[in-house]
Amino acid sequence: MTKKGYYGEYGGQFVPELLMPAINEVTEAFDKYKDDLTFKRELKDLFDNYANRPSMLYYAKNMSKDLGGAQIYLKREDLNHTGAHKINNVLGQALIAKRMGKTRLIAETGAGQHGVATATAAALFGMEAEIFMGKEDTERQALNVYRMELLGAKVHAVTTGTQVLKDAVNATFQDWTKRIDDTFYVLGSAVGPYPFPEMVKYFQSIISEEARSQFLEMTGRLPDAVLAAVGGGSNAIGAFAKFIDDSEVELIGIEAAGKGVNTQQTAATMALGTKGIFHGMKSQFLQSTDGQIDPVYSISAGLDYPGIGPEHVYLKEINRAKYVPITDDEAVAAFEYIAKTEGIVAAIESSHAVAYAMKIAPKMRKDQQIMVNLSGRGDKDVAAIARYKGVNIHE
Amino acid sequence: MNEITQALKNKNAFIGFAVAGYPNFEKSAKYIVDMANAGADLIEIGIAFSDPSADGPTIMNADQKVLENGSKTEDVFRLITEIRKDTNVPLVFLTYTNPVFKYGYEKFLSKMKSLDVQGIIMPDMPLEEQEAFINIAQQYGRAFIQLVTLQSGNRLPKIVSHASGFIYVVSSLGITGSRHKLSNEANEIVTRIKELTDIPVAVGFGINTYDQAKLFSSADAIIVGSALVKIIEEHPDDATTYLTEFIQKMKGARNATN
Repeated sequence: MTKKGYYGEYGGQFVPELLMPAINEVTEAFDKYKDDLTFKRELKDLFDNYANRPSMLYYAKNMSKDLGGAQIYLKREDLNHTGAHKINNVLGQALIAKRMGKTRLIAETGAGQHGVATATAAALFGMEAEIFMGKEDTERQALNVYRMELLGAKVHAVTTGTQVLKDAVNATFQDWTKRIDDTFYVLGSAVGPYPFPEMVKYFQSIISEEARSQFLEMTGRLPDAVLAAVGGGSNAIGAFAKFIDDSEVELIGIEAAGKGVNTQQTAATMALGTKGIFHGMKSQFLQSTDGQIDPVYSISAGLDYPGIGPEHVYLKEINRAKYVPITDDEAVAAFEYIAKTEGIVAAIESSHAVAYAMKIAPKMRKDQQIMVNLSGRGDKDVAAIARYKGVNIHE
Repeated sequence: MNEITQALKNKNAFIGFAVAGYPNFEKSAKYIVDMANAGADLIEIGIAFSDPSADGPTIMNADQKVLENGSKTEDVFRLITEIRKDTNVPLVFLTYTNPVFKYGYEKFLSKMKSLDVQGIIMPDMPLEEQEAFINIAQQYGRAFIQLVTLQSGNRLPKIVSHASGFIYVVSSLGITGSRHKLSNEANEIVTRIKELTDIPVAVGFGINTYDQAKLFSSADAIIVGSALVKIIEEHPDDATTYLTEFIQKMKGARNATN
């Protein structure tokens, strides 16, 4: 952060006065516990003994050979408990909530992974959980809705606006304004008002912290490039964090182009967005010239978001990271490719990053190495991909 | 800014609200003038936003309708020009930060001055983020309306010290829209504010009945938003009589308390 709550000119706390006391309370708790040894020990224990950390760094031999260029390593966040990187942040925030004496967790979810992780933490800590999910996403990711309910959470289908992730975030903030005393908003992405982008980064940094030492141990050096999918940008900021100071490591965020950056059906915020102030932060958004937030589209419910975390915009502005779009078609091709080549069913979100690796690896030298952050597993996407391919599945 | 003080201070005032362009441009202009004629002492003009996070379903639906009709920020300014032909009632804009940010803070405030709009409320711009905007607002003599809530606690003195125009006390937790039960807790906050400043104090959020209008006797004004939007939603073609009767009833409740 360049000044508290800001990354360059991006970030801040643009929320109603009604929420500021709650936000300040979270900030104080985060500042207090992030360096607290007992807290860190408890979190590490949860990471190692509940969430299955450290996640392995897997050398994708078949893919590397087939693509014929750079060596590809997959950071296997898909093997975490609950099947995605989301659990890292949720365990951290839920632990803070618990220390603050909160008894009810609320969260937004797009693909459902963050909702599932929050429902899981609530079950583990004996807390209540209520999850807000765009109605369209509850249909795309019906299985995850049932998983959340199975874990004891209440799932609200959000029917306002475009009925996707953006609207779920609105609904969760609204719920928070109605009930502050016992409630903690577990924000899942590196977005929103400070301290959320910083807190999400802090807990997700475990990804690059592990990966950095795994690379040194396995290959004797750092990767030449780190690739991660970005919607709001939580897995990407976690995968980038500990490499930011290593200027030789190229950081590449892959955003969802949907049907293409030249179409209206896209979620490519970095390629097409402009500066704005929304969802508590100054950042970059897909919006009209009048400042109305655009409806966005991607096959991936997790990347279907009109904004991006403020630090990503800053990293782009200072030329430390670059952001590239990948279309639905390319992501689906990568989803199928990695399944057949490596025997891994990756989340459609992560498949966007895999797709970009497929583009650049062949152009790189064999002595170069790429890390792809495999942020989640793709079981949740199987039915949707079958539909996309026109395959009729009878369950 | 003085027009706001004169309109509200010690007047048992009533502040109305309309979403600009709802249900359409012509009717919207007419209904705003109707509200002024019915006795509204100040009117908040809502500039529709795609994601009105502090608003309940009534205002959210109106915003959505207006945007579906293709309304732009410039159309709202055109609407104000129309209204100003028929009424001098003090006006303040109510919108979210992004449409104003996109237009440009200075350009927007300059426009407000030329349109004779006295102030602005942006619920998602808290104390922590106001400095840049307030500095320009002062240059153009426009009021930046501060919001205070039951939760503001020790933030209150600082908020009050940055206030201009009037101070908007949010009556209860949650979002805009009618509530069956409304406590009069806000009166305590109003009293605390009055110890700190002479700026008029208004209470809003959830007020839609005669009895609720009587609850906040210590405030200079009450603010009614969703209930007025609801009337227009129910009577899009002929809301005049309903709006007039409602405003007169609520003004009556105010006057009955003091």
